[in-house]
Amino acid sequence: MALTSEIMLSGTGGQGLILAGQILADAVIRDGKNTVQTQSYGPEARGGASKAEVIISDGEIDYPKVTQPDILLVMSGEALKKYAGSIDENGTLIIDDTYITDTLPIGTNVFAVPYTRIAKENLGKEMFANVVALGALAAITGIVTKESLQLALMSRIPPGSEALNKKALELGWKSADQAAA
Amino acid sequence: MKDVAQLARLMQGNEAIVEGALAAGLRFFAGYPITPSTEISELLAERLPLYGGKFIQMEDEMASMAAIIGASLAGLKSLTATSGPGFSLKQENIGFASMAEVPCVVVNVQRHGPSTGMPTAPAQGDVMQARWGTHGDHAIIALCPASVQESYSLTVEAFNLSEKYRVPVILLTDEVIGHMRERVVLPQPGAMKVIDRKKPPTGLEKYYPYQPGEDGVPSVANFCENYRFHVTGLAHDESGFPTTNPEVVEKLINRLNDKIMEHVDDIVLSESWLTKDAEIIIVAYGAVSRSAKKTVKEARAAGLKVGLFRPITIWPFPEKEIAALSRQAHTIIVPEMNLGQLKLEVERVTSGRSKVIGVNKVNGELITPGEILDAIIKL
Repeated sequence: MALTSEIMLSGTGGQGLILAGQILADAVIRDGKNTVQTQSYGPEARGGASKAEVIISDGEIDYPKVTQPDILLVMSGEALKKYAGSIDENGTLIIDDTYITDTLPIGTNVFAVPYTRIAKENLGKEMFANVVALGALAAITGIVTKESLQLALMSRIPPGSEALNKKALELGWKSADQAAA
Repeated sequence: MKDVAQLARLMQGNEAIVEGALAAGLRFFAGYPITPSTEISELLAERLPLYGGKFIQMEDEMASMAAIIGASLAGLKSLTATSGPGFSLKQENIGFASMAEVPCVVVNVQRHGPSTGMPTAPAQGDVMQARWGTHGDHAIIALCPASVQESYSLTVEAFNLSEKYRVPVILLTDEVIGHMRERVVLPQPGAMKVIDRKKPPTGLEKYYPYQPGEDGVPSVANFCENYRFHVTGLAHDESGFPTTNPEVVEKLINRLNDKIMEHVDDIVLSESWLTKDAEIIIVAYGAVSRSAKKTVKEARAAGLKVGLFRPITIWPFPEKEIAALSRQAHTIIVPEMNLGQLKLEVERVTSGRSKVIGVNKVNGELITPGEILDAIIKL
């Protein structure tokens, strides 16, 4: 049986979750593994539920959707309610609690960090929250190498935003070290 | 030559269609963007001019279909891309391309319907529309990719078939495959065979553009290349001018059908997986075939003899292959993101030899492996 990981990034349209999914999948390929990335979102440009799904395997991937996430990122209260129950019992739950007012689950594999607030306070824009969260997710789970993630990030962002994105990834990575400490 | 790992990259289904079209020699695109096909327009607007090609965003879908017919008649390999609502609007001119035998490729990234339905959600509701959406008897070719890699190779194939048989070819993909990103390794330039339409001999005293060759396909000249001739959607004789002569028209309509149906062995592509000893066979196409493959793995692990047959060409329908499977399997399961469209064809071809069961879903979500497995367990 091939070793497979299922990752779900969920939140609200406009938070950049689908782009984060693409960057993650791109990094997986740079690491020499197989991957499929899908998404579901509404017709709105912003708002509405949005999620990206990434499957990583060292073998063939047939069904392209996540059945039970091993790694789940939630960035909205709605996503927390909808998906937190679907996670694998040994799975890792990463929560951006900036805007979540609900009671958060507790556990050794639950990480709640205000990635959006970190982005706003350090980079001046909430827009970088996806990259901060992605950096944290990679650091916590070790699902991709930092080098591949950096290369993937640089290849999929608008020109001119490199420095801030690089900083966002570092902030996320560092937040994971602090969360673990 | 670079090592395969270095050539591997993350690509979206719609992006692979663009790369395939360019590899096949695309030089003209006209379209009217619509979710979930928009990336094809966006990317070609950027890429096509670099190849010396033309990109036009037209005023609507009818006009874009008309524009690619004109460009193809002038000799350029032409493409348009759309989804359900736009596919409906293109039907009249798809009929014109069938009747006037104009090679062209129409991509339909299927979304939920009818009408505007759910723009970002997948479906397979246009299977019968791809076959019979335009009025009148006509033959058509429709191909269904199941991966990003195949979105590339089948786009090349779509152009090749269209040029060879002078027929509109529908690349009938879906939102899952179109928007999905996965690992691909594209063939090196020139690695895939590219077919160009045959040209008439020069210097003919009297030129009959619609005189068929032995394969039933005429050598219609490109406009402004050696000959002046007439092209029409009206029934016509070999000169291209309209006629109502019953004998001539009978022959024409039969030829339009026969040039495809007499070459099904050349046209039809399919894939069989673990069917040899299978007592239950799943017939699935497009994104759903990926769910079905996982179902087969799970069923085999439980000791059930289940196999998968995947029509890659859905029109013309792989009749011979399905008929053979129905002599072996007691049950054929047809999962589709519609209420049972290709199932009708499976039933027709199996003539009651196997039980045919549909697994159908029309809520905008991909059928899961478990849903297909449930149907097997319930048998």
